[in-house]
Amino acid sequence: MARALYIHWPFCLKKCPYCDFNSHVRDGIDHGLWERSLLADMQHEHALADSGPLTSIFFGGGTPSLMPPALVGSLLKEAERLWGFDAAIEITLEANPSSVEAGKFAALSAAGVNRVSLGLQSLDDEALGFLGRLHSVDESLAALDVAQSCFQRVSCDLIYARPGQSADQWEAELERAIGFGTSHLSLYQLTIEPGTRFATDVRRGVFEPLADDPAADLFALTQDITAAAGLPACEVSNHAAPGEESRHNLTYWRYEDYIGIGPGAHGRRGGFATQRHKKPENWLHAIAEQGNGLSEERPLNASEAASEALMMGLRLREGVDLDALSRRFGLSVDTMIDRERTEFYRSLGFLWSADERLGVARQGMGVLDALLGEVVSGELVAS
Amino acid sequence: MTDLSKIRNFSIIAHIDHGKSTLADRLIQHCGGLTEREMSEQVLDNMDIEKERGITIKAQTVRLAYTARDGETYELNLMDTPGHVDFAYEVSRSLAACEGALLVVDAAQGVEAQTLANVYQSIEHDHEIVPVINKIDLPAAEPEQVRMEIEEIIGLDASEAVLTSAKSGIGIEEVLEAVVAKIPPPKGDRDAPLKAMLVDSWYDPYLGVVILVRVIDGVLRKGLSVKFMQGGTQHLVDRVGCFTPKRTDLADIGPGEIGFITAQIKEVEQARVGDTITTVKNGATQALAGYKEVQPVVFCGLFPTDAADFEKLRESIGKLRLNDASFSFEMESSAALGFGFRCGFLGLLHLEIIQERLSREYDLDLITTAPSVVYRISLGHTKNEDAKVIELHNPADYPDPSRIVEIEEPWIKATIYTPDEYLGSILKLCQDRRGIQTDLTYVGGRAQVTYELPLNEVVFDFYDRLKSISRGYASFDYEQIGLRPGDLVKMNIMVNNEPVDALSLIVHRNVAEDRGRGMCERLKDLIPRHLFKIPIQAAIGGKIIARETIAALRKDVTAKCYGGDITRKKKLLEKQKKGKARMREYGNVSIPQEAFIAALRMGEE
Repeated sequence: MARALYIHWPFCLKKCPYCDFNSHVRDGIDHGLWERSLLADMQHEHALADSGPLTSIFFGGGTPSLMPPALVGSLLKEAERLWGFDAAIEITLEANPSSVEAGKFAALSAAGVNRVSLGLQSLDDEALGFLGRLHSVDESLAALDVAQSCFQRVSCDLIYARPGQSADQWEAELERAIGFGTSHLSLYQLTIEPGTRFATDVRRGVFEPLADDPAADLFALTQDITAAAGLPACEVSNHAAPGEESRHNLTYWRYEDYIGIGPGAHGRRGGFATQRHKKPENWLHAIAEQGNGLSEERPLNASEAASEALMMGLRLREGVDLDALSRRFGLSVDTMIDRERTEFYRSLGFLWSADERLGVARQGMGVLDALLGEVVSGELVAS
Repeated sequence: MTDLSKIRNFSIIAHIDHGKSTLADRLIQHCGGLTEREMSEQVLDNMDIEKERGITIKAQTVRLAYTARDGETYELNLMDTPGHVDFAYEVSRSLAACEGALLVVDAAQGVEAQTLANVYQSIEHDHEIVPVINKIDLPAAEPEQVRMEIEEIIGLDASEAVLTSAKSGIGIEEVLEAVVAKIPPPKGDRDAPLKAMLVDSWYDPYLGVVILVRVIDGVLRKGLSVKFMQGGTQHLVDRVGCFTPKRTDLADIGPGEIGFITAQIKEVEQARVGDTITTVKNGATQALAGYKEVQPVVFCGLFPTDAADFEKLRESIGKLRLNDASFSFEMESSAALGFGFRCGFLGLLHLEIIQERLSREYDLDLITTAPSVVYRISLGHTKNEDAKVIELHNPADYPDPSRIVEIEEPWIKATIYTPDEYLGSILKLCQDRRGIQTDLTYVGGRAQVTYELPLNEVVFDFYDRLKSISRGYASFDYEQIGLRPGDLVKMNIMVNNEPVDALSLIVHRNVAEDRGRGMCERLKDLIPRHLFKIPIQAAIGGKIIARETIAALRKDVTAKCYGGDITRKKKLLEKQKKGKARMREYGNVSIPQEAFIAALRMGEE
């Protein structure tokens, strides 16, 4: 049952050249209208999934740290009124580490946010410029200080495997980030996504992405350094001290239900895949017209759901419980995975298995997408 | 029945694009065979592929009534012959049905190698050849230069060559007058026992097999019981007629005439080109000379991309075969490609045509394995078996090498005609393909070079290479000159230490290492990186002669994947699976389909 709630805030001051998320730059946002609309979207979902106290809420974007704290407070208050909150609820908000936003941290904390995911992205000013970030390293470190004093839990995002980045440079940067003492780090390899300015740049030859082999070296180095520092990978790109994993994100990877509201938000609710209108104006229009932002609501068949569960679950170090998935989707294990290939890749050290748990070994995480193509049975994907 | 003196049977010899079909259309139009409105473009080439490629695959014939300037009406039978060496035998039978030919040469392009080969054939049949210089209204036309080429290269008197532009309708009547005046009438005896040559046959869904005949002696009539002297079958003629080009029924076909018959025959295989048709009662005792059974010379495997299409492929091949007895097939199974057919063809063009018809007319997605030729292998005796000679159509069936006494391979004589600036690279190409130069002559700025070449060196991408190094200017023609012994070995390609049957081939020992290295290098680029290292090796017997390694894939992971990314990610997975479905599994390695042919392409060495 859905006990995780995702709220999308689609606005940014400026679009970053690597970002393909649903983010938009707009002047004069009518916060009153947005508050009423998000509340309506939330109420619509509650009516369909009144599943008991929420265990996590995540404000993503866009740049949710641009939201007025009062708006955040009002949304949290309504969520608590509708579903109730689990005692240990995790309420995360993605934040940019600028001085303006740091000034709001105390108020956001007072509104109920207890965890921030801070987009440091790099500890090198030149790299921040390349990534199109609006903050300097000094400014972001100051914001990190504030965050660490305001919130119980803080996570930092960094982007590595940047063009020309050497192993030494990355090692120094990562060691420094670990030194800040947060209990969680999201470390993403730079990916050139279609439809971003970086994709155009690469096409035009403005810069060349780091080649796969050195990028793979950096990935391996990252695993070593974080594990040694007590922040081992719990997922492909996420590292946490034991127990400090993001509960909200674990919901996705364990393929439990989640509710998604706001422009472009996806949800999995009672066997349905839900999706909201992506463009802010269209979403607002849908709310006005139909009382919710839904653009699509589609039942998932067992095969689809099982393939999603495998795709997500194998991102986790803990892997998946094949027996449990088999019971959950009413499909035999052999229908879900290609046994022969799984055994072959296990023998090569890419996968591990223990009883009915199957997981991707360290050696396999960097090539997970290729592995999924081998392990997930063709039958499952085709149907 | 027309009096012999009023009949003229002729064909048109021309290189592709020199205007044969357009000229034929004009002749038909001039004689009122069709109205303007009925003329679809190029009436004679009626298969889609023939129209697109501008080549003739099946012989067609048109009977025209031409009232000449002398006031007499003549029956002109225009035979459109297949224009490619792959169909050399069919061509020879078509030519044997005629007494003369129009030699059409493009006024801007001049004489080409293919033209030469056809002219020589025509001369061998004692034809009267009437030169026609076409496209004289092109800005680049040089009729005088072409006249000289015809005289110097071919050795024909071109002083009275007819100048035409078929496209603009210039000189058409002059061509018809020349046909009447210069081409001799046929000979024949209407009272002698029936002797008719089977020129061609094809399957018509309404009429069954339609047989094109040239009557030599006697008369062919509806209701006659006839026998095919070579095929040994008997049939009742139920229809006699000709094409004007509309199908027109006739009462009979007399000596010297060309027409068609039907006789309730269901398979073209029963109506073999070159056979002699005579009457069951009081028939001829001796068959016409020149009959040959057609033998496929090039073989390749055809496999359905989707294994589920096997039955459809079987059915489609069967249907094609109804209309083309010269192509053979038998079932084949490959570890890599599953079930398919080993097919034999008259040549490379024939192979391409069949492949294209299967994919186009029958909507089949096919994998074609590397073409190979037929080897004759002499095997020594063993304890249990006597010495014997076998024919090898498929490298996969290569016998135990220790038993091989001798291998013979087919050779060809190739005539290449090229502007001399490309001669150097062409000589190198022929040399690289084990060619033996037998002749080299120059005419103007052009060279004609003759090489003897092993067919297995030509069968793959020789023609493509020739075209590319000569920027399309070189022309090429060949004839088979028999088998010769060669130091030939089977080369296996191993991917991840497993031999891939569909990639094995037979090569000359001297070029094996080069060929093996080339194949390994190309496969290295053609096979995508896998999660593990993949060795690719070329081997002769147990000996590795070339090796490459495909490095393992090291990075392939979506860095960010949260709740909103699942749908997109799942689409990626679906795409990935679809891509894999288009590959063939060998051991644990997926080999893309195009690799099976591309690996053999020798490229820009």
